[in-house]
Amino acid sequence: MTIPASLITISYLVAGVLFILSLGGLSAQVTARRGNGFGIVGMLLAVAITALGHVSSFGLLAAAIAVGAGIGALLASRVEMTAMPELVAVLHSFVGLAAVLVGIASYLGGAAPPSPTEVLLHEIEIFVGIFVGALTFTGSIVAFFKLRGTLRSKPLLLPGRHALNAGLLAACVVLALRFVDVPVEQGLPPLLIMTGIAGFIGVHIVMAIGGADMPVVVSMLNSYSGWAAAAAGFMLSNDLLIITGALVGSSGAILSYIMCKAMNRSFLSVIFGGFGADEGAKPAKATGQPEGEVTSISPPDTAGLLRTAKNVVVVPGYGMAVAHAQYALFEIAELLRKRGARVRFAIHPVAGRLPGHMNVLLAEAKVPYDIVLEMDEINEDFPETDVVLVIGANDIVNPGALDDTSSPIYGMPVLEVWKAKTTIVMKRSMASGYAGVENPLFFKESTRMLFGDAKKNVDAILTDLRSEGSSAAA
Amino acid sequence: MKVGVPKEVRRGERRVAATPETVARLIKLGFEVLVQHDAGLGASFRDADYEAQGATIAGAARQVWEEADLVLKVQPPEHNPDLDEHEADLLREGGKLVSFIFPAKNQELVQRLAKRKATVLAIDQVPRITRAQKMDALSSMANIAGYRAVIEAASFYGRFFTGQMTAAGKVPPAKVMVIGAGVAGLAAIGAARGLGAIVRAFDTRAEVREQVQSMGAEFLTVSLTEDGSGAGGYAKEMSKEFIAAEMALFAQQARDVDIIITTALVPGKPAPVLLTEDMVKSMRQGSVIVDMAAESGGNCSLTQPGQVIEQHGVTIIGYVDLPSRLAPTSSQLYGSNLTHLLADMGGAKSFHIDLEDEVVRGAIVLREGELLWPPPRKEAPKPIERKERAPSSPPPPPKKAEERGAPLAVVAVALGLLLLAGAFAPPAFVGHLTVFVLACFIGWQVVWNVTPALHTPLMSVTNAVSGIILVGGMLQISGPLESPVTILSAIAVLIATINIAGGFLVTQRMLKMFQR
Repeated sequence: MTIPASLITISYLVAGVLFILSLGGLSAQVTARRGNGFGIVGMLLAVAITALGHVSSFGLLAAAIAVGAGIGALLASRVEMTAMPELVAVLHSFVGLAAVLVGIASYLGGAAPPSPTEVLLHEIEIFVGIFVGALTFTGSIVAFFKLRGTLRSKPLLLPGRHALNAGLLAACVVLALRFVDVPVEQGLPPLLIMTGIAGFIGVHIVMAIGGADMPVVVSMLNSYSGWAAAAAGFMLSNDLLIITGALVGSSGAILSYIMCKAMNRSFLSVIFGGFGADEGAKPAKATGQPEGEVTSISPPDTAGLLRTAKNVVVVPGYGMAVAHAQYALFEIAELLRKRGARVRFAIHPVAGRLPGHMNVLLAEAKVPYDIVLEMDEINEDFPETDVVLVIGANDIVNPGALDDTSSPIYGMPVLEVWKAKTTIVMKRSMASGYAGVENPLFFKESTRMLFGDAKKNVDAILTDLRSEGSSAAA
Repeated sequence: MKVGVPKEVRRGERRVAATPETVARLIKLGFEVLVQHDAGLGASFRDADYEAQGATIAGAARQVWEEADLVLKVQPPEHNPDLDEHEADLLREGGKLVSFIFPAKNQELVQRLAKRKATVLAIDQVPRITRAQKMDALSSMANIAGYRAVIEAASFYGRFFTGQMTAAGKVPPAKVMVIGAGVAGLAAIGAARGLGAIVRAFDTRAEVREQVQSMGAEFLTVSLTEDGSGAGGYAKEMSKEFIAAEMALFAQQARDVDIIITTALVPGKPAPVLLTEDMVKSMRQGSVIVDMAAESGGNCSLTQPGQVIEQHGVTIIGYVDLPSRLAPTSSQLYGSNLTHLLADMGGAKSFHIDLEDEVVRGAIVLREGELLWPPPRKEAPKPIERKERAPSSPPPPPKKAEERGAPLAVVAVALGLLLLAGAFAPPAFVGHLTVFVLACFIGWQVVWNVTPALHTPLMSVTNAVSGIILVGGMLQISGPLESPVTILSAIAVLIATINIAGGFLVTQRMLKMFQR
């Protein structure tokens, strides 16, 4: 093939710009689809120019790409929107694995660079790239199983786990020193041992993180997968990989930061500790059981309240995703809107298991995005709200976060639903949320608890609202 | 206990302190109600309407004042021209009165009432706290006044408020500037927006920005930063520099807007002059100014309180009785405010004056002739909870989770590594490093702009994009088929492609769902 090297570089530059435009497009819903298009074009360009410029065994390449694309397309078309977190996690693991494979291949097959400094640098790049890749791979696999529920989402806290992590890290450094020291032919054993250790660290870190922190973990792994790609770019001297890796890496880092801020927790405490259990399993419930009566309500009464309400806010949480209640919820919203009520959805930044998870589910149910509001946009409207419907959310509506200094989630911004005239909380039972914290909201005078399966209850409310609608029409 | 409602004597005052509806509530609270003949006429309530709710009609004002244990009024007591006697003197010895009083301004009236050993509650002195919102007559009147100000402006303005494309041509929308975004200002913004105008608003208190924006108006700012929040939700006086910057803004806006509504008041001081004669001159012919601060001297130097004048082709409305121009509604809200206060004080059965009660302590001026005003000063909490759409008080200072030292350490380490790279690394590596660092910064900038609603698509698209690692596999795939390098690379290409296809397709699927 006689593609000039400069043309390849320029094409990579164009692809990089297209990727940036792709992320930029996501700044608003209207431009988002065009953004995705840019990304696809950029990717096609990059693949095509690399193939023309560097590849001679087209058959193998075509086969690998065809199989991969087939599997990808199948995954993408089959996945349910409620299972998005799992898909994202498993895709992260693929990037991690690919980075490991590319790293090892590069080590085995790389042409020896001219100077000793460059050899050293190249080996360090490989080592770091494989380390990050392996960590991402196993961490994402564990996250995947946790999100699927195959593994318990409770944090697994081994005794002395900080020391364990530090020890493993130190072992990696020792292996690195050995790896760069020995001649190329003997480098493989330390490299592979390190890969195993990095993999273990990935498992261990994610195992120790609780369910409520999953959005942070997924964003963090997103970031890692980017860094892994960037590291691969360094070892292969490929600027496109570096650019793309850096973009993805900083994107994931920002998401992690946003999620941490939304929970008022530091990144380090999320990574190194389970929620409310900084030193072993300290029962968080022991202090300050809220006093008072819990008032429960039936679906028909809820429908009655909704019928007279002029201003309704729906606060969805992970429970809505689990119960697949978003469609029925949207129908309720539509019925109420037709009756002249103002219905809006309030999304807490960490609701769900993925940044923006609730938005996607509501969009799937065709809820128009201009009635889906962020916490900051809607918090001050609660005092004027007649009915708030909290469905499958707990910690993000806990008033203790604002006024109870002893609460483990004290300081976390929450949706101030208790300021509304009536707050209806749909929950399976009185169990506490992922944070293991009691919620004083349930005991407030204006709160009504609607116990039971969220989907069934939402359907019951919908049926009730509908029947009234038709009898009025008849 | 008998409540008396006399007819207001102020000329042009159409409001009344009780409506048939609030009379019904008073009776429910156990009061007897005596309403003067024709008291509600200005607000379109007939005697018969009051009687239907259980009130007794008194023929003469004197009878109401003499028989009532508690008199409800709108305007502070003043000279009654029909009887040629001051209302304060009509109040029976030791009688009770609830009304607007404005004790700071009306010291003489307070002394006069003290002589009658009267017990007086000034509804205008009810503290602006959450619990007392339902009694906050100043807010309910301001709300009405703001609405009415827009209606007045519209009636004097010779054009549409809303822009229209008609068969006969295009009509541009009116531009309205509201100065002061208190209750009145916000109500004015709402009314003007409702009519279809383009609305801008200015306030010295930065905290109202969101409220202004939530009503659909643009929040104007000056380049100087100074927060004008004073005690009790009112603005405080600003520094010279700020006022200069603010005046420059108004001068610039005056040339552009068609209607200016001013509501700027500083408690206990004459209203600040914000619109000079020069600014009025610079306005377009046919423009309208509604000066809601006219009673305190006016925000416009040309305002004539109580009158509508035309100067330099601009109509300047200085009405001081805007709520009275919407008498049925304002009577209803005012009457409700009074009823809530009386209900809070125990209703008829256990009516008492509890000085421990923050609301009563704030409102009471005289107790059996003893001067209790002003109440001992208690600084209102600064971000006051004010009326229906006030922001909630901020959460207690959240624990700062991040350790402050960490970023510095990170910067230091990064700098150290960069220096190391600069000293020892080969030029090719430094080139890559440059690309890497720049890309990180670009990513950082771009991703912050992503709307939170699209965070999940962002993750899936970054997932797809990070499948670019496939290029890494492709670079090494061309060796002999059985070599480990080729096999590893082929696997890498395969799984990276899963990512690319899966990521882009699922993103596409998700984005298709987002719709307005």
